[in-house]
Amino acid sequence: MLYALADTAPTTEVNQGLADLSDTLVLVTILLYAVALFAFAAEAAYGRRTRVAAARIPAMAGSAAAGDARVRDTEPDLGGAVDELQVRVRDAEPDTLAARHPIGRVAMVVTVLGLIAQAGQIISRGLAADRWPWGNMFEFVVAITLCAVATFVYVAVRHRAYYLGAFVMVPVVLLLGIAVRWLYTEAAPLVPALHSPWIAIHVSAAIIATGAFVVSGATTVMYLLADRAELRARAGQAVRGVVAKLPAAEILDRLSHRTIVFAFPLWTFAIIAGAIWADEAWGRFWGWDPKEVWSFITWVVYAGYLHARATAGWRGRKAAVISLIGAAALLFNFFGVNYLFSGLHSYAG
Amino acid sequence: MARPAPPTETGPAGPSGPPPPGDTPPGDSAPRPPGRLGLVGWLRWAWRLLTTMRVALILLFLLALAAVPGSFLPQRGVSPSDVAAYYADNPELAALLDTLWLFDVYSAPWFAAIYLLLFTSLVGCVVPRAAKHWRDMRARPPAAPARLDRMPYSASFSTGASPAEVLDRAQEVLRGFRTDRTDGSVAAEKGYLRETGNVVFHIAMLGLLAAVAAGSLFGYRGNILLTEGDGFANTVASYDAYYPGSQVRPGDLQPFSFTLDGFDAAFIDEGPRTGQPVDFTVETSFRTRPEAPEERYTLRVNQPLDVDGARVYLVNHGYAPEFRVTDGNGDVVLDQAVPFIPPQAGAFFGEGVIKVPDARPEQLSFLGAFYPSAEESAEAPGQLGSASPEDANPMVALQPYRGDLGLDSGEPQSVYELPTERLEPLGEQLTLAPGDSVELPDGTGTITFTGYREWAAFQITSDPGRVPALVSAVLITAGLVLTLTVRRRRYWVRAETGPDGRTLVRVGGLTKTENGAAAAEFHDLTTTLRDRLAGGSASRPNGE
Ligand code: HEM
Repeated sequence: MLYALADTAPTTEVNQGLADLSDTLVLVTILLYAVALFAFAAEAAYGRRTRVAAARIPAMAGSAAAGDARVRDTEPDLGGAVDELQVRVRDAEPDTLAARHPIGRVAMVVTVLGLIAQAGQIISRGLAADRWPWGNMFEFVVAITLCAVATFVYVAVRHRAYYLGAFVMVPVVLLLGIAVRWLYTEAAPLVPALHSPWIAIHVSAAIIATGAFVVSGATTVMYLLADRAELRARAGQAVRGVVAKLPAAEILDRLSHRTIVFAFPLWTFAIIAGAIWADEAWGRFWGWDPKEVWSFITWVVYAGYLHARATAGWRGRKAAVISLIGAAALLFNFFGVNYLFSGLHSYAG
Repeated sequence: MARPAPPTETGPAGPSGPPPPGDTPPGDSAPRPPGRLGLVGWLRWAWRLLTTMRVALILLFLLALAAVPGSFLPQRGVSPSDVAAYYADNPELAALLDTLWLFDVYSAPWFAAIYLLLFTSLVGCVVPRAAKHWRDMRARPPAAPARLDRMPYSASFSTGASPAEVLDRAQEVLRGFRTDRTDGSVAAEKGYLRETGNVVFHIAMLGLLAAVAAGSLFGYRGNILLTEGDGFANTVASYDAYYPGSQVRPGDLQPFSFTLDGFDAAFIDEGPRTGQPVDFTVETSFRTRPEAPEERYTLRVNQPLDVDGARVYLVNHGYAPEFRVTDGNGDVVLDQAVPFIPPQAGAFFGEGVIKVPDARPEQLSFLGAFYPSAEESAEAPGQLGSASPEDANPMVALQPYRGDLGLDSGEPQSVYELPTERLEPLGEQLTLAPGDSVELPDGTGTITFTGYREWAAFQITSDPGRVPALVSAVLITAGLVLTLTVRRRRYWVRAETGPDGRTLVRVGGLTKTENGAAAAEFHDLTTTLRDRLAGGSASRPNGE
């Protein structure tokens, strides 16, 4: 009874044309992402292993063009002639080999088109209902997958990690499919408890962080496969198929860490913003509601991940296990809590 | 000369990269238990063990694990009624779970033990670290190591400029770094904020714990229900339910009072979601102290009324039909509004109880329901239901009873419940519209449905830990962002006159980051320095 006001479901007064447009766009998005997934998978399976320069250091790339030192960790003292500048960089990010195929470029383009369609879907839905377009499970999943794909595109451009495509697109397409098949809710206005600027702040931060965590989870899975393949190759066993063409496990480990480093402060902020909002709306900033409990668990697990890496020096396998536990907690927080428990955060259905 | 220290001394992963995977750094291995050292020795051993990173990690994961059962089992602090229901369904299991504090996980001693140990460990970690950082921030950057070419980034070139000029230029180029010039070399360091952020973050975690603890000791929470026109004064006796923190005395309550002047709810009135609320407005007038001037405030769901740190939240609402009851003697024995409560969240109608203990010759009582938009119920034909929570067609259905209400027995009785088993139904169920009046059988009296008002239920909380918790939370986020984004790096320039008379410039850069961005910055610094020495138009490195 106490929190009756927060429990009620959304209401309706909607621009139907825009709502229909957004419903079409979500299907277009899924279609494009499915095509991208297929193309990325084809690249992973049939591409040729090609050297990928991992972190192209922008400054060095620029100065190389100007005739300066070209820097490779494997080639010490590769100095240019001008001013006899000799440069050595040790321990920079190693290059790696990864499957490369022209169809990968198609996949990237289709992914970006999908991203545009998806942004259109979210905007038209927000306009249709005249509010922030994240107020129910369906809309959360759409926004989270948008952020996951955007994170992937960023990583692909910044770190040349296009090879994450197949692995990131699997959860994205799955999640979108679940959203359309089971979570679909018509565009509608929000209940009074959600009428707050905090919906923009708290939910956006949570969504962006979740999207990045999805990418780190996919990267971790990839890491574990690559790591096993490397171990077997080192033991002299034959490694064939897609796993044989994965990039170096170490790179994947670092990428996974990097996405978590990006997502973790956002997740922290989301929890704090949520607490401030709860204080405004429900009269307490922390009440151990199931959603709060699982956000806390997720946070603690990822904090453990960062500690394990930073201070105990656990990289690789051990860190990967923690990262997967964190991803599991995150998923449970999203699906488990919304469907299993009735709490203030039950916006399911 | 000694080898350079890594930029952050805590990191076992030195400058040359990560230790082998799965390797625990030597400084972090658990201390060995003392042989026969007595109590002090054991305590010191326990303290050292507790402050190792490995134990801190275990505690961190234990904390996550310990939080899990509280989401699967009903919790008293969240919904006591669910706990009662659980008890009713599985009495034995519930009793067992209760002895393990599983219905109060977050106030359980074992939960507290985990986080208190973790925070003790945190103190043990962060205090020495903060002290060290304090000294570091004052210290000069460490002098250039002998072999700069052993640094992760190193470069060399020669120039016609004199060594002194090289070092002058280097100090210019190294703006933003803390630099220290010695004979023949410049040492520079940057990124102290990383460690500052880390210390701030960890200390703010302690602050958050302290703030939450203060809130639970010195804060209180209570619930009240007011009908339009009713007033409330903030005293313990005025609450329907009151939950004080252990250190709160009745005299500590802020002496404010407020009146519910009006309540208004707006609902969607068409389409499939008819009846869902869109907005609530609560008009109030309040005084901070009895003698203070009256002020007005419009309270909404996300806009509580805040008086001296006590905050008034709207948590529920409904209708309070007004009744006048005349007894068998012809005396008016009741004339008031009675709040009718929705039986579950989102129900469009309210249920309530009218007790008339003063009625003579017999006490009267009524069990009823208020339908704001009355219509025949879809599920139960012949029964009333409500199409929406809007007061389009208000009706009440009442079942009258007669007999002793048992109010003199001394047993506490809820005003919202009627013990009907001891009472005798008085005729058929009545259905009344506003203004209707019905004569009860056997000359026992008359009841009139005179009108209705709205009621609103409020939660009042006073939590002195709110603002400190917020400040801690902001510091936590800020510290975290600093410690995760700032790179600590060192850069050295050494200039010596070579055999050919030209000046040989050697530089070295060191950082403990995992990516190549630092190398890019070092390289930028180097090329800028070289360009300046060449007299070229040098651009400042856009470092970050
Ligand atoms: C109360 C629970 C704690 C939480 C939530 C927490 C969280 C964090 C986070 C998020 C970081 C940033 C990680 C990074 O720099 O990559 C960090 C760093 C660190 N924490 Fe904690 N911490 C906690 C307790 C502790 C304890 C008990 C210790 C000591 C035993 C400790 C020692 C450290 C150290 C040494 C670092 C620095 C790592 C580096 O230099 O990069 N923390 N902590």
